[in-house]
Amino acid sequence: MSPLLSVNGLEVRLPTTSGQVTVVEGIDYEVERGQVFGIAGESGSGKTISVLALLGLLPGGAEVGGSARFDGKELLTLGRRSLREIRGNEIAMVFQDPMTSLHPMMTIERQLTEHVRYHLGFDAKRARARAVELLHEVRIPDPTGALGAYPHQFSGGMRQRIAIAIALACGPRLLIADEPTTALDVTVQAGILRLLDRLRRQSGLAVIMITHDLGVMSSIADWLSVMYAGKIVESGPTAGVLAQPRHPYTAGLLAALPHPEAAEDTPLISISGAPPSPQARPAGCAFHPRCRYAIESCATEVPDLLRVGDSRRLACPVDPLLVPA
Amino acid sequence: MSLLELREVEVEYRRAGRIPVRAVAGASLSVEAGQVVGLVGETGCGKSTLARAAVGLLAPTAGSVWFEGRQVRPLGRRARSRDDARLQMVFQNPFSSLNPRRRVGDQIADAMAILGLAPADQRRDRVSNLLEQVGLPRSAAQRFPHQYSGGQRQRIAIARALAAEPSVIVLDEPLSSLDASAQAQVANLLKSLARELQVGLLLISHDLAIVRHIADVVAVMYLGLVVETAPTRRLWEAPMHPYTEALIQAIPRADGSGWLPEALPGEVPDPARPPAGCRFHPRCPYAFDRCLTDPPPLIEIVELRRVACWLHEPGAGERAPSQFARPTGGAASAGGDQIDRV
Repeated sequence: MSPLLSVNGLEVRLPTTSGQVTVVEGIDYEVERGQVFGIAGESGSGKTISVLALLGLLPGGAEVGGSARFDGKELLTLGRRSLREIRGNEIAMVFQDPMTSLHPMMTIERQLTEHVRYHLGFDAKRARARAVELLHEVRIPDPTGALGAYPHQFSGGMRQRIAIAIALACGPRLLIADEPTTALDVTVQAGILRLLDRLRRQSGLAVIMITHDLGVMSSIADWLSVMYAGKIVESGPTAGVLAQPRHPYTAGLLAALPHPEAAEDTPLISISGAPPSPQARPAGCAFHPRCRYAIESCATEVPDLLRVGDSRRLACPVDPLLVPA
Repeated sequence: MSLLELREVEVEYRRAGRIPVRAVAGASLSVEAGQVVGLVGETGCGKSTLARAAVGLLAPTAGSVWFEGRQVRPLGRRARSRDDARLQMVFQNPFSSLNPRRRVGDQIADAMAILGLAPADQRRDRVSNLLEQVGLPRSAAQRFPHQYSGGQRQRIAIARALAAEPSVIVLDEPLSSLDASAQAQVANLLKSLARELQVGLLLISHDLAIVRHIADVVAVMYLGLVVETAPTRRLWEAPMHPYTEALIQAIPRADGSGWLPEALPGEVPDPARPPAGCRFHPRCPYAFDRCLTDPPPLIEIVELRRVACWLHEPGAGERAPSQFARPTGGAASAGGDQIDRV
């Protein structure tokens, strides 16, 4: 069976005051049904832009190249009307901040029923029944009572559960979650991760999970792609990538995390410098100025993302696994 | 007496026609020279309110704050005295705490001019030194905040606080708006400043994992109360309060094991209507009869460890909550994705 989503050579250029700037520089990946596909990276790596491009949600003047086939349909050349039929219906999205993604002045009922009425042609009564079912699904207490409430009457975790319920309304096959737990406390985050995990197990929902938090990736993503400066620099099964990172950037990100088992008073090992802005990405491998393993050719040659071993891919001529520290 | 001492501080927010909200319901903390004290807790637990009360930005409704042996007076119209200015604060968001239209060096030099700490001809050198101390080039003084990333701006904000020659800095979520690699850099910087300059730091954060790396002592807050304080390593290895245990179990580990963190059932209750008895009891898997009626005091159970929980008795040793039986029919057990209690 072909994958649910297959992205090839995706490129995005955005207009800025200094002309068109390439933000996403040709990325490839595939998402299978029921899979949680993780895209990790720091601010400015292009991870959010790369998924907004799939849904036609980029600002005016943006140019998109490459291909993204969803269930046999090419998303990037679809017209606005056809995209509207897919968005919120077959592909849904959850954003970082439920404070801003929910409409503050519309009741939960109105926000939850809009999609099913538009996409599935449900009448008011059926849409309401579906809304109650959805709120129950995401574990909102008293679903019927919640319908008449407004977003501000719920806590942050509850609001994110409601945003997920809205995304699930039409029974999408792909859910794109952009930092869905970043604004939440860890105790609440754990509940959202468990909810997403249960949904994909129950319904075969595929999820693209975007987060900078490798701990979140470790607990929920089956597959992990790490982006740096608009490119995927490493990808593979999450367990393998996190247990044995092979790109110096992935290794650096992991080393910078506070580790629960680390000895006391060990300083965190940080990657020197800061990620480049899309306007000022270095030549060659974009990571080379910050890389402790960089060799001469890194400054001039752009490394390709190549298969290394079983199912892992790596864009680095120096495999840190092979270099003594 | 400690350098900074909060004694039974209470802060109440009042609004006409509403029930007063006691955001901080009695919190005691102290910070010594060169010590890093971490204050952790969920959104809405009152930790930022406590931080503001600690530096005098808010007036406590009850209790008192003592700094270098003097009581901290709430900030009014008058400028702070040179002594009071030795208590400094760094805010969460360096994009809004720095003035976008003034040069970095001028903003750092303000404190020296206002407090008369350095004559005008020496300020430039002093600014250069401070910038180097926080890991920025001297040339940063001539530039504007927008020319820097989030992590670098937070360094500038720290340099600005250091310009007042503080003995204690209160930092409210200084790391949470930063990317992972910048977070590590600033975390290391804070720790080395505390060690080298003997500055006491009160670090407010919702991120227990990062606090563990920097703090010598951790205080855990829940719904306006400090529920546990302990040296960091011991708190982490053997949390004694069920809430601390739940916080630690909720942290995802980036080890590729696929372990799903445990969810704490329920949400932080409305501080205007806190539960009776122990404020944590509706979410606590170990709660028993007494917890529903009597609020537990924060008492020393073993040396250097204070816990507000009826599970523990003074001198009974460092037992983790999981070593106690969970009553059947009590609060829902942690970890599930069950219906949240409200």
